[in-house]
Amino acid sequence: MLDAKIPEGPIEDKWDNHRFNMKLVNPANKRKFDVIVVGTGLAGASAAASLAELGYNVKVFTFHDSPRRAHSIAAQGGINGAKNYRNDGDSIYRLFYDTVKGGDYRSREANVYRLAQVSVDIIDQCVAQGVPFAREYGGLLANRSFGGAQVSRTFYARGQTGQQLLLGAYQALAGAIKSGKVTLYNRSDVLDIVTKDGEAKGIIARDMLTGEMHAHSAHAVVLATGGYGNVYYLSTNAMACNVTAAWRAHRKGALFANPCYTQIHPTCIPASDEFQSKLTLMSESLRNDGRIWVPRDRDEARAVADIPEDERYYFLEEKYPAFGNLVPRDVASRNAKTVVDEGRGVGPLKNGVYLDFAAAIARDGEQAVRERYGNLFQMYERITGEDPYHSPMRIYPATHYTMGGLWVDYNLMTTVPGLYALGEANFSDHGANRLGASALMQGLADGYFVLPYTIGDYLAPKLGETALSTDDPVFTEAVKDVDDRARQWTTKKGGTHGVEHYHRELGKIVWEYCGMARNQNGLEKALSEIPALREEFRKNVKVLGSPDGINTMLEKVNRVDDFMEFAELKVRDALHRTESCGGHFREESQTEEGEALRDDENFAYVGAWEWNGPDQEQTLHKEPLEFEYVKLTQRSYK
Amino acid sequence: MSKMLNLKLKIWRQNGPHAQGSFLEVDAHDIPEDASFLEMLDVVNERLIADDVEPVTFGHDCREGICGTCGVMINGQAHGPEKGTATCQLHMRKFNDGDEIVIEPWQATSFPILKDLMVDRRAFDRIVEAGGYISAPTGTAPDANEIPIPKEVADTSMDAAACIGCGACVAACPNSAAQLFTSAKLHHLNTLPQGQPERWKRTEAMVETMEDFFGSCTNHGECHEACPKEISLDFIAFMNKDYVKSKIKNRSLASKR
Repeated sequence: MLDAKIPEGPIEDKWDNHRFNMKLVNPANKRKFDVIVVGTGLAGASAAASLAELGYNVKVFTFHDSPRRAHSIAAQGGINGAKNYRNDGDSIYRLFYDTVKGGDYRSREANVYRLAQVSVDIIDQCVAQGVPFAREYGGLLANRSFGGAQVSRTFYARGQTGQQLLLGAYQALAGAIKSGKVTLYNRSDVLDIVTKDGEAKGIIARDMLTGEMHAHSAHAVVLATGGYGNVYYLSTNAMACNVTAAWRAHRKGALFANPCYTQIHPTCIPASDEFQSKLTLMSESLRNDGRIWVPRDRDEARAVADIPEDERYYFLEEKYPAFGNLVPRDVASRNAKTVVDEGRGVGPLKNGVYLDFAAAIARDGEQAVRERYGNLFQMYERITGEDPYHSPMRIYPATHYTMGGLWVDYNLMTTVPGLYALGEANFSDHGANRLGASALMQGLADGYFVLPYTIGDYLAPKLGETALSTDDPVFTEAVKDVDDRARQWTTKKGGTHGVEHYHRELGKIVWEYCGMARNQNGLEKALSEIPALREEFRKNVKVLGSPDGINTMLEKVNRVDDFMEFAELKVRDALHRTESCGGHFREESQTEEGEALRDDENFAYVGAWEWNGPDQEQTLHKEPLEFEYVKLTQRSYK
Repeated sequence: MSKMLNLKLKIWRQNGPHAQGSFLEVDAHDIPEDASFLEMLDVVNERLIADDVEPVTFGHDCREGICGTCGVMINGQAHGPEKGTATCQLHMRKFNDGDEIVIEPWQATSFPILKDLMVDRRAFDRIVEAGGYISAPTGTAPDANEIPIPKEVADTSMDAAACIGCGACVAACPNSAAQLFTSAKLHHLNTLPQGQPERWKRTEAMVETMEDFFGSCTNHGECHEACPKEISLDFIAFMNKDYVKSKIKNRSLASKR
C-alpha cells in the first residue's frame, strides 16, 4: 500500500533523474489548473507564490487576518544551508548525514538528501528576495553553529530568522496576489477536505467573520498547516496552531505517520502557574555561548554568584565532551529532565536548569553578547522579570515541533491522490528528532523547490479536465456536515466548562504519559483516560454565542475536538513503538548510560496509520526504511 | 506562587463594525502578577464563561511579541505602558494592586472594529501588495554571496524589517497615519542592493496606496513611542526623500512624448 516512489539511481542523482522523468505541464497550460494551498507559513506561502509564478491559479487560505502572521514567524535561530562558506568541511553530503543521524535513523534517506541539495538554493533565493541575513564586515554572509553539527552552516537574521524568511515568502505572495495569480482567503478556517473517487477535489472553509461555510474546488489541494504540538496544551506553538486540516485529511483517507514523534525543545522558559497559556522558546542559538548547569548540591541555597565553579554540574559538557552544550535537542532535553528529576532543579519551583552567559560576557564583552542575542535577552527579562546579563537564565524543555505528520511519498503527495502535505504537516525529513535550523529549511525546500516540480507530474495527465463543480453532491454534503458539526456545539444547552478547561486537561494527560519519557503502563493509562475525557468534553463543553459570526470559542472547540481524537492515535503509536528513538523515549529501551536505544531489527520503519471510522482502531501500515548510505549506529555525541 | 492583584477593568465590547459599543466593567480579582496581559484576559474570559457571558474577543496568536496579531489600547496607550513591548509581552507586574485599567481596540477609520477588541488591518496588506517586495521569481537567484552587502546596510535594513505589522503606530497617531509601517517596509527593501531596480516604482506605489487608506503624518512621533519594535522615525524621513525622488525617477515616458 505504501509506495514511497523513491527514484532509482545513486542518491546524489535521484532528484535530477526524477526531475527529468516527471511529466511536465507546458507554460501555457498551467493557467488551466487550479491549486488550493492551505496555510501561509513558510511552506504554504512559498509554495503558493512559486506555483503562481509558474502560471497556476492559486487559492490560498489562512485563518489569520494576514498571511504574515503564520507561526513560522516566531522561529528564532536560523536556517541551515550546506554552502560551506566557512571553509570548515561542510558539504551537501555532510548536511544529509547529520540530518539522518540527528533524526536517529528514522527518516527517509532520499528525501533528506534532496533537502540538503536544495538547501543551498534556498539561501540564494532568500537573499535575492531581500532577507537581511547577518553579514560580516566584508559584506559576506555570517554563520553560526547549531546542535547536532560540528560545522557552522546556520544563516540567521538576529534572533528573528523565521520572521525574516516568512516576510520574504509573504512579500513574494503579496506580489502574486497583486498580479491576480493568487486569490487570498484570510480569516478562513479550513474544516474539511473533499474527495471524490478517492481523489482530492477541494476543501470546506468557514468564513470566520460571518460563520458561513464555503466550498472551494481545485485540481489539487496542498496542506501546509503545521504540526500538532498544541495537543500538549502548553507548547511553544502559537495559540491557534492546530491539527484540524491534517486530521480531517486523515479521516478522508490520508495515512498519518509517526504521530508519537514530538520534539521537546531543551531551552524554554519554565512554566510558572496554571494560568499559563503557552511556553516561550529561547533559541537554540543561545547554546553557542550559554553554558548549561545545575548546582551539584541538591540543597544549594546560595546565590548563583556565590556558587564556586567546582560545585557547578555542567552536565552536558561533562557527559558529552565532543558536542558539549550543542548536543541535539532530544539529548539535551532528556538530560535536563534527569537532573531536575534528581532534585537538582533551580528556580522557585525547582523546575529548571541554568543557561549561563557569564563566561561569554567575560570573554567577548556584554556588547558582543547583546548584538548576538539582544532581543532574546529582552524577551526573557519581560517574561520573568529577571536580567540575564547579570544572572543566568532558567530554562526547561517544552514541546516545540512535531516530526510526525501526514505520510507523503517522495513527491510530497499523501495517500490521497491530489492531496499534498508540506513543511511540518508532513513527516518525511526529520525522522525521530529534528536538528535545529532545519524546520525553516524544510518548509522552504518543500514550497520553493520540491512541490512546484512534483505537482506537475500529477496534473499533466489531467489536462482538459475542469475542476469539480462545487454543486456536486460531495461538496454540498460536506458543507452540510461541517455546518452541522459547528452548530451542534452552540445549540446544545448547559455545559459545565469552557473549551480551555478540556484542552488543558487533555494536555496534562498527553504530557504526563506521552511527553519526554514514556512507558507501557503510562501509555495504557492515557489510552483509557483520553476517550473518557473526550466523551465528557463532547457532552459537557460549554460554547456560548452564535455560530453566525465571529465566535472564538466555536473556532477552538472544533480544534480541541480533533485534538481529542488525534491524541489517542498519538498515544497508540507511542505504545506500539517499544523502542526508543530520538524524541520518542521509551523507558523500557535505554542503554546503560540512559541514552535512547533503538531496535533496528523490529522498528526501522515509518508507522503510518489508516483511519477506519470513529471509535475504531486505526490500522498500522509500515514503510520499511532502508539505509544505503548512512550506516545505522548508536548515536554518539561524546 | 506569584503575588496577586485586584484590578478594575473597563473593557470595550462591540458586536460588529456597525453595532453600538459599550464598556463592560469587571472586577478582576486575584490576577497573578506573573501573568501576561493576555493571560489576564484569559482568566477574565474563563470567569465570564462560567457566568454564561460570552468571552471578550481579542486578536492574539504567538504570544511571543512577533506575530503582530495582538494589540489593544491600555489606558489610552497602544500596547500599554511598557516601552518597546507588544501587549502579549506586557506582564501584570507592571501594574499595581487596585489599578483601574481601560482596555479598548485600536481606533482608526482604516481599521474597522470587527468585534470587541479585534480590528481589521487588511489595509496594511494592500500597502505591501502595492510594491512591498522584490521581484525575484523562485529559481532565478544568483549565489547568495555574489553581491556583498556592507554590514551597516544589512543592519539598518534589519532594523526596519523588524516591524511586526501590529498597527500600534496607526492607533497611537492622532492622524491615524501609517507612515511608520510603510517607511519601515520601504527602508527594509530600498537600502538593499537587491531592492534597487524596483526602488522608485515601489516607493511611489506604496506611499500612494498608504494615502488611500490612512491619514497624513504631522511628525508627532507617537508612532515610535508606541512601537513594540521601536522602529525609528528616521525611516519616515528616508521615505519622504525617496518619494520626492520617485516622482522624477518614475517619469519613464517623459522623453518619449
